[in-house]
Amino acid sequence: MTKNANVEDLDHVVVRFSGDSGDGMQLAGNIFSTISATVGNDICTFPDYPADIRAPQGSLTGVSGFQVHIGAGKVFTPGDKCDVLVAMNPAALKTQYKFCKPTGAIIIDTDCFNEVDLKKAEFQTLNAIEEMGIKNDVIAAPITQMVKDCLADSGMDNKAILKCRNMFALGLVCWLFNRDLTVAANMLKEKFVKKPGLAESNIKVIQAGYDYGHNTHSSVSHTYTIETKEKKGKGIFMDINGNKATAYGMIAAAEKAGLKLYLGSYPITPATDVLHELAKHKSLGVTTVQCEDEIAGCASAVGASFAGALGCTSTSGPGICLKSEAMNLAVILELPLVVLDVQRGGPATGLPTKSEQTDLLQCLFGRNGESPMPVIAAISPTDCFDAAYSACKMALEHMTPVVLMTDAFIANGSAAWKLPNLEEYPAINPPYVTSEMKGNWAPYQRNPETGVRYWATPGTEGFCHILGGLEKDNKTGAISTNPENHDLMTHLRQDKIDKIPVPDVEVLGDKDDAELLIVGFGGTFGHLHASMDEMRAAGKKVALAHFKFVNPLPKNTASVLKKYKKVVVAEQNLGQFAGWLRMKVDNFAPYQFNEVKGQPFAVSDLVKAFTEIYNK
Amino acid sequence: MSEYTAKDFKKGQPRWCPGCGDHFFLASLQKAMAEIGIAPYDTAVISGIGCSSRLPHYMATYGMNTIHGRAAAIATGCKIANPNLTVWQVSGDGDGLAIGGNHFIHTNRRNIDLNMILLNNRIYGLTKGQYSPTSPRGFVSKSSPYGTVEDPFRPAELCFGARGHFFARAVATDAPGTIEILKAAQAHKGASVCEILQNCIIFNNGTHESVHTPEGRAKNAIYLEHGKPMIFGENKEFGLVQEGFGLKVAKIGENGITEKDILVHDAHCEDNTLQLKLALMEGPDFPIALGVIRDVEAPTYNDAIEEQIKDVKSKKTYHNFQELLMTNDTWEVK
Repeated sequence: MTKNANVEDLDHVVVRFSGDSGDGMQLAGNIFSTISATVGNDICTFPDYPADIRAPQGSLTGVSGFQVHIGAGKVFTPGDKCDVLVAMNPAALKTQYKFCKPTGAIIIDTDCFNEVDLKKAEFQTLNAIEEMGIKNDVIAAPITQMVKDCLADSGMDNKAILKCRNMFALGLVCWLFNRDLTVAANMLKEKFVKKPGLAESNIKVIQAGYDYGHNTHSSVSHTYTIETKEKKGKGIFMDINGNKATAYGMIAAAEKAGLKLYLGSYPITPATDVLHELAKHKSLGVTTVQCEDEIAGCASAVGASFAGALGCTSTSGPGICLKSEAMNLAVILELPLVVLDVQRGGPATGLPTKSEQTDLLQCLFGRNGESPMPVIAAISPTDCFDAAYSACKMALEHMTPVVLMTDAFIANGSAAWKLPNLEEYPAINPPYVTSEMKGNWAPYQRNPETGVRYWATPGTEGFCHILGGLEKDNKTGAISTNPENHDLMTHLRQDKIDKIPVPDVEVLGDKDDAELLIVGFGGTFGHLHASMDEMRAAGKKVALAHFKFVNPLPKNTASVLKKYKKVVVAEQNLGQFAGWLRMKVDNFAPYQFNEVKGQPFAVSDLVKAFTEIYNK
Repeated sequence: MSEYTAKDFKKGQPRWCPGCGDHFFLASLQKAMAEIGIAPYDTAVISGIGCSSRLPHYMATYGMNTIHGRAAAIATGCKIANPNLTVWQVSGDGDGLAIGGNHFIHTNRRNIDLNMILLNNRIYGLTKGQYSPTSPRGFVSKSSPYGTVEDPFRPAELCFGARGHFFARAVATDAPGTIEILKAAQAHKGASVCEILQNCIIFNNGTHESVHTPEGRAKNAIYLEHGKPMIFGENKEFGLVQEGFGLKVAKIGENGITEKDILVHDAHCEDNTLQLKLALMEGPDFPIALGVIRDVEAPTYNDAIEEQIKDVKSKKTYHNFQELLMTNDTWEVK
């Protein structure tokens, strides 16, 4: 492929593909990000689905978007706004234009800007560009007609032909960024392995889109490259989203521990893909049960753990409300259990497809009685793997339910992931009873160092015992209402959690002399890191302490938080993590940045707010 | 011959009220388990909350006394995770049919291989005397001082409505009858519901009065046996015959009715129509049906899932995590 004469090299670029939900924008976006990752660029993606399953075609509520941020070096977020916006119809242009930079280029399919489509998108005039006051460069291409021409001899029907429009747009974007089409061709061959004709047609259309750009130079003066500057290290990579990485982490942990993986679940957005993913892998012995409700999902996982499996349950915030009683049972039984909360907007049904961090206090405290439970919050799509692995290891080794928190943003967002080698992951050693203990064992006898009780699973001779949700004697497990015993058991359960070792929180950036420490937890890591980078690039002294282990907190938490002149805790709720830190660290009085829009933070908003605090 | 005796399944001193039906049932369960002969350590007894849910505390097996209403769901996970275990789920009428009603029907529908015991005394005992979902319409209790204005569940209807394949009934004070249905429940592969009619001496004394004693049962109950004509009465003088769409009690020897005219019980019949009619019979016009009412073979969830795992394992090319990774679109950075 020949390169254009005027080629500008960029550090990073953000492309947003948008169109009707049937237009295949997710696929186009996925292919473009994979092509870019293959040449060594870093990628970070975010799909933005409509809430409706099948909104009327061409309507404003039916627009589906896919944003990808590509960088020569590390990229941390999918980007606030895009450099290139693909809008396949008027509704996409109308709803997505707000995500386009003033300098961004817009690609539209002019064939879809006819009277009918404009009306569906509630335009008043026949010139959408003018009506919206758009001053950006617009590549207006008759995409539909060119796709029809291109596939005229394919034997495909009109409907099937129109489904290839996304590939034309992809081809055009590939030309704009001088991307090699070989990877796209291979991906399509793989995807349509059973329909080679369809793969062929799609590949032909991508090429046509590319050639159209090349031959006409469209209406842009430059094309671009993003030369990789910072290699991600050697190895084999794949593009993975957070939900898939979470499922993989559970599979990896169960295999490492030599246990059956049991998932009891009930479909709920945005966690369902974890159930989907795990349901596929029966060849690894994974057992998934789609239960009658969230309650049974969690309760059956407790039953599975009792029987000696790794019991897991997956849900989102509203499901945690229902699971809380069985989670609490696991606390008093002291059985392993991993509860995944892929957070979405609340309260109640709230914003099912959107992202927030508003479940933290629910996960920490949302149960009756003193009910301590470890909480781990994954910080990025790829970190979901490590976080899930850690959650399973912690649950199994410390005989406790563990909440693994992610959110819609990192669950659906994806990034390039270096394939892990399971041999390099730490061993998982549940505290099983040993045959020497026979005859001299009681269910609530504990390891004196860790405070963890020993695990005897049904089917093992000599260890018959009963567990229960009633308070029990601190050794025998018999029902006990003795006041001293209850006080002791309450402390023992708390101490056990407090003693779980977690890694220190790392301070990034100007760790020695920062004027401002940014603090966050979970899925906002990318945005907070990017805002720190931007402020440091502007000459400010800024550091970031981002928490993944929320309960117990790392040992160095207080010393880190107290070390800096100013601290701001930024989170997508009204201050739940800041409140938790204040509870755990005496005299900690941070600034707060709280935003609950159901959308990822915008780095520009963060930088503005942090700079104001910095300058105070 | 079993190597176990009832003593091998006994533990501790039950703390139910003297005369409570739970005492009778516990003794029968322990005897039945001894006769069945499955080791205590391969047995798990899982209950919810309520008077009867204390039962696992008195069993020398593995046990779990869990949370209100969730016993069937917890037992489901336990059985699926380790299908080699024999799992008994014990609930009262409140635990099993009110707060746990959803799990009751879905466990039956899925046909998890559990022995599901429903101890039905038609009252909430542990919370000191409120009506339950099996209390009859008009029932006066602390929470219904003027009588209830709602109809009760009839457990067999729920079980059959959920496509249950096994339903049996016994009176707690009738040890042989109870042991027999418990053994049949264990022999049945799949979800087996055993409704135990039991008395609450404190809050609902006499609720199953008509069948409480051997004399009462001789008069007011019919013991069903698969393949045997459905004859009952103190002198075996009555039988069940079909009339139109329903059942009728006929006196043998009257109106030309002979033993040959009496319906023969078919617990294995796939169609549950007549089995349901048997299960819903009540006095004074009909005897109360005891014994195994329905016992039909069907694929169990836990077997099916194991088979599916075996099948998928033989078809897929990846069998560990590292192989799974390589099924994705990957690229190499050199």
